[in-house]
Amino acid sequence: MIELSAVTKTFNAGRPNEYPALRGVDLTIESGRVTALRGPSGSGKTTLLTLIGCLARPSSGRVRLEGEDISALPERFLAELRLRRFGFVFQRFNLIPGLSALDNILLPAYPLGLPYHDLRARADALMASLEIDHRAATRVDWLSGGEVQRVAIARALVNDPPVIIADEPTAHLDSRLSLEFLGLLGRLKDAGKTIVIASHDPLVFETGLPDRVADLRDGRIVGVAP
Amino acid sequence: MNGFARQRYLLDFTVASLMRRPGRNLSLLLVYTLVVFLLASAMLYSQAIKGKAAALLRDSPEVVVQRMEAGRHALMPVSYLERLGRLRGVAHVEGRLWGYYYDPVVAANYTVMAPDRDGALPGQARIGAGIARVRGLAPGDVLSLRGYDGRPHAFTVAEVLPADSELVSADLLLIAPADFRAFFGLPEDVYTDLALAVTNPAEVRQVARKLAERLPDCRPILREEVLRTYESVFDWREGLLLAVLAGAVCAFLIFAWDKATGLSAEERREIGILRAIGWETGDVLRMKLWEGGLISFTAFCLGYGLAHIHVFHAGAPLFAGVMRGWSVLQPHFALTPQVDALQLTTLFLLSVVPYTVVTLVPVWRAATVDPDSIMR
Amino acid sequence: MIFHPAVIALLAASAINALVLLAGSLFAVHLLRHWDLASGHERQIRLERQTYLVATAIALVLAIQFVALLLFVYNAERMSVLFTGAMCATGTLNVNAYGFPTLILKIAGFFLAVVWLALNQADNLARDYPLIRRKYALLIVIAPVFLAEAVVQALYFLNLSPNVITSCCGSLFSDTGAGVAADLAALPARPALIGFYAVLLATLLAGLRLWRQGRGGRLFGLLSGVQFATAVAAIVAFISLYVYEHPHHHCPFCLLKADFDYIGYALYVPLFAATGYGLAAGILHPHLRIGSLAGVLPPLVRRHAGWAVASLAAFGVLASWLILASNLKLIAP
Repeated sequence: MIELSAVTKTFNAGRPNEYPALRGVDLTIESGRVTALRGPSGSGKTTLLTLIGCLARPSSGRVRLEGEDISALPERFLAELRLRRFGFVFQRFNLIPGLSALDNILLPAYPLGLPYHDLRARADALMASLEIDHRAATRVDWLSGGEVQRVAIARALVNDPPVIIADEPTAHLDSRLSLEFLGLLGRLKDAGKTIVIASHDPLVFETGLPDRVADLRDGRIVGVAP
Repeated sequence: MNGFARQRYLLDFTVASLMRRPGRNLSLLLVYTLVVFLLASAMLYSQAIKGKAAALLRDSPEVVVQRMEAGRHALMPVSYLERLGRLRGVAHVEGRLWGYYYDPVVAANYTVMAPDRDGALPGQARIGAGIARVRGLAPGDVLSLRGYDGRPHAFTVAEVLPADSELVSADLLLIAPADFRAFFGLPEDVYTDLALAVTNPAEVRQVARKLAERLPDCRPILREEVLRTYESVFDWREGLLLAVLAGAVCAFLIFAWDKATGLSAEERREIGILRAIGWETGDVLRMKLWEGGLISFTAFCLGYGLAHIHVFHAGAPLFAGVMRGWSVLQPHFALTPQVDALQLTTLFLLSVVPYTVVTLVPVWRAATVDPDSIMR
Repeated sequence: MIFHPAVIALLAASAINALVLLAGSLFAVHLLRHWDLASGHERQIRLERQTYLVATAIALVLAIQFVALLLFVYNAERMSVLFTGAMCATGTLNVNAYGFPTLILKIAGFFLAVVWLALNQADNLARDYPLIRRKYALLIVIAPVFLAEAVVQALYFLNLSPNVITSCCGSLFSDTGAGVAADLAALPARPALIGFYAVLLATLLAGLRLWRQGRGGRLFGLLSGVQFATAVAAIVAFISLYVYEHPHHHCPFCLLKADFDYIGYALYVPLFAATGYGLAAGILHPHLRIGSLAGVLPPLVRRHAGWAVASLAAFGVLASWLILASNLKLIAP
C-alpha cells in the first residue's frame, strides 16, 4: 500500500520560473490492484508517478510505503527501494540500444550483486514466459515492436518487484500492440502485482483493466472512481 | 561477496558500453597514449643515460688531481708524484696523459688519451666508433693527423673500440705515451693530471683533504662528485624537458575535461534510464570511474610500452639531441632496457592522477542526472 | 631546489590533495549550515548529491596519498647520490629539517583519510545519515594536516641543495647520535623487544575481544595507533638489524630494496592495513548505539576488527620470523 497525503512538488522553487507541478495530492494506492492516473499533459500525472515510484522526493507532504514514511529518504535509499519494490515500464520503453535483450533485462539486477547463475535463470524463465527466449542474444535495435515491449516488461520484472509503474506505455503503439500490452498487464495483475499506470489513452480505460481511476488536472486530483 | 559481484557487473557493463561506442573514446585514447608516451620517453631516456654514465664512471679513478695555474688547469710535473709521497688509504697513484684534438677534416673534437697500460703500441691507435664512422676507418687503415708543429703524424688503426660504451668513447683516440708527447709537443717530465685509487670508499674525503694540504696548488676531483654532477645535470635536463611537456599535459587535460563534460544526449538518456530503474548515484559514479580507469590503464600501458620501444630499441630519435648535447660525433649506443618503480609511480602521478582529478567533476555531474529525467 | 620529475609529481600530488581538502572544507561549512534531511527542497537534494562528489574525491585523495607515500620514499632513496654522505633515504630526508616532518605528515594524512572514509561508509548505511555532521566537522579538522603537508614538503624540496654533508642511516640512527631517531636506535635490545611484543599482544587481544564480543572498540583504536608507533620504533631499533644482519644499520627504508628481497613491503603492508582497520574500528565504535546504526554498524566494526587482527597477526609473525631466522644475535640465548 502506498499512501500520499498533502503532497506537493514544485520545480525551480524560489526562481522566476517556479512551477508547481502538484498542489496538495491525497491518494492511496491499494496493493494487488490496478490504479490509473488520467489527465491531459501537464496535469501532473507523470510527476505524481515519480513520487509514487520513489524517483523523486516531494517538496512537502508525506509519502508512505507499506506504512513507512519515505518522504525524506535520501536518494541512496530511494534507489534501493526502486530496485527492490518497483518495476518500471516507460514511454517508448527506453531500452538501451546496442545491448542484447538479455543484457537489457538484467540491468536492474546488477546493483544487487547476486550470483550470475541465479540472475540468468531468472531472466531465462521470464523470457520463456513472455515468449522472447529465442531473441535473448539479439540487439534490442533489431527487435520488432511487440518484442521490445515484452523485453521492457521482462526488465521491469527481473527483480520480482511487487509494484509495476507504467508511464504512458501505449502512447506510441498502434491499437494491436496496445491491446497486446494491456493483455500482458492483465496477466501481471492476475499474478498479484500492484500496477500504477499514467495514461490519457482511451483504449486503456475501455479495456476495463484499471480497478480505480484518479483524474488529475492542474496538479490536483479532481476525482477518483470508483 | 556481494560487493565484489556488483563491481564485476559494473565493470562488465562498462566494457560493453565502451565496445558499443568504440569510436567515441578513440581520440581520447590516442591523445592520452601520446602524452604518456612523451612523458615516459623523456623519463626512460634520461634514466637510462644516467645509468649508463654511472656504469662508465664505475671504472674511473676515485680521485683525480689536477694542478692549477692562475685558476686554470695546468700540466702536472712528475716531481709532484714524489711530493705527494705515500698517503694512507691510497692504493695506487699514476700520472695520466690526455687532451683534446680538433680535427678540421670532419670539424669534430677528439679526446686523445695515452694510458700506460691497455693503450696502444707506438705508431698505432685505437679509435672510438664515432671517429671510425666519420672518417670511414677500419682496422689496418692509416689515420693521419696534423701535430702541434704542423707536421702530419700517421697512426695505424689497430682496433675500433666496442660500441657498448659509446656515450663516452665515441670520440676517443688512444695512442702510446711517447706518441702523445711527440704529437702534442709535451716534455717528458709532465703529466696531464694524476689518478688515485683509494682502498676504502669511505675514506675518499679524508684522502682529498690531505691532498689539498700537501699540494696546495692542486685540486682533487672526486668520482662521487662527478657522478653527482652528471646526476644533477641530467635531472635538470629531464626536468626542463618535462616542463616543456607540461604544456602538452595541460592541453590533454583540457581535452579530457571537455570530453568528459560534453556528454552526448544519448549517453545522458542512458544514465537517466539506469538511474530510473534503480541504479544508485554511486553505481553510476563507479561505472564512470571504471570507464576512466580502463581508458587510463590502456593508455598507460600502450604509452609506456611504446616509449620503451622508442627509447631502447629505436634509439630515442625524438629526444637524443636534447638530452645528450649536440656533437658532430653523435654517439650511437644501445641503452639497457629497464623498468623502474620510481618512474612508474612518477609517471602515474603525472598522467593518470591529473586525468582522474580533471574528469571527476564532469563524471559526478553525469552520475547525478535526475532519476526522473527520462519521464519528463 | 632540485628540479626533477619525481619531485614535480610529489609537489603536484600534495597540491591536488590540499586543494581537494580545502574545497571539501568549504563545502563542509556550507553543509553544516544548511543540512536538513527532512526537507525535499532542491538545495537539500543538491547538498546530498554533492556529498557523493566529496566522498569520491576523498577516496581519490587516499589513493593519491598512498602512491605519493611510496614515491616519496623511492625518491629519497634515489636522490641520496646527490648528497655527500647520504647513502640511503634516511640521509636524504635528513638533509634539512623538513624531511622527516613531511614523511610523518604524509602518513598522518593517509590514516586520516582512511578514518574519514570509514566514517563515511558507516554513515551511508543508515537512512538518516546520523554521522553526517560529525563527518564533515572532521573533514574541516583534518584539512590543515594536508595543507601543512603540502607546505612542509614544498619547503623540504625548495631547501634541498646538493652537496650538503648529511648523515646517512649509519650515523643518524647510530647509537651515539642525538635526537629521537638516535634514541630509538639506542634502545637496549631486550627491553625494546619486550615492549614491542607487549604492545603487539595487547593490541591483538583487544582486537580479538572486539571481533568476538563486539566490545572495547575505543581501546582497540587507541592501541592500534600506539602499536603503529611502537612497531616503527621496533623496526628502527632492532628488526632492521636482524634483517640487515648488521649491528649498527638502523634504517627503516633499506628494507624496501631489492637487496633485502623487498621484505619491507611484506612488513609495512600488513602494518598499515592493521593500523588503518584498527583506527577505523576505533572511530566507529562510539557510534554503535545510534538508533539507525544499531543494526548495521556492529557487524561492520567487527569486520574491521577482524581484518585488523588478521593483518596484525601477519605482521607479528613475519617480524618474529625475521628475528628468529636471522644470523645476527642481539640477545644472548
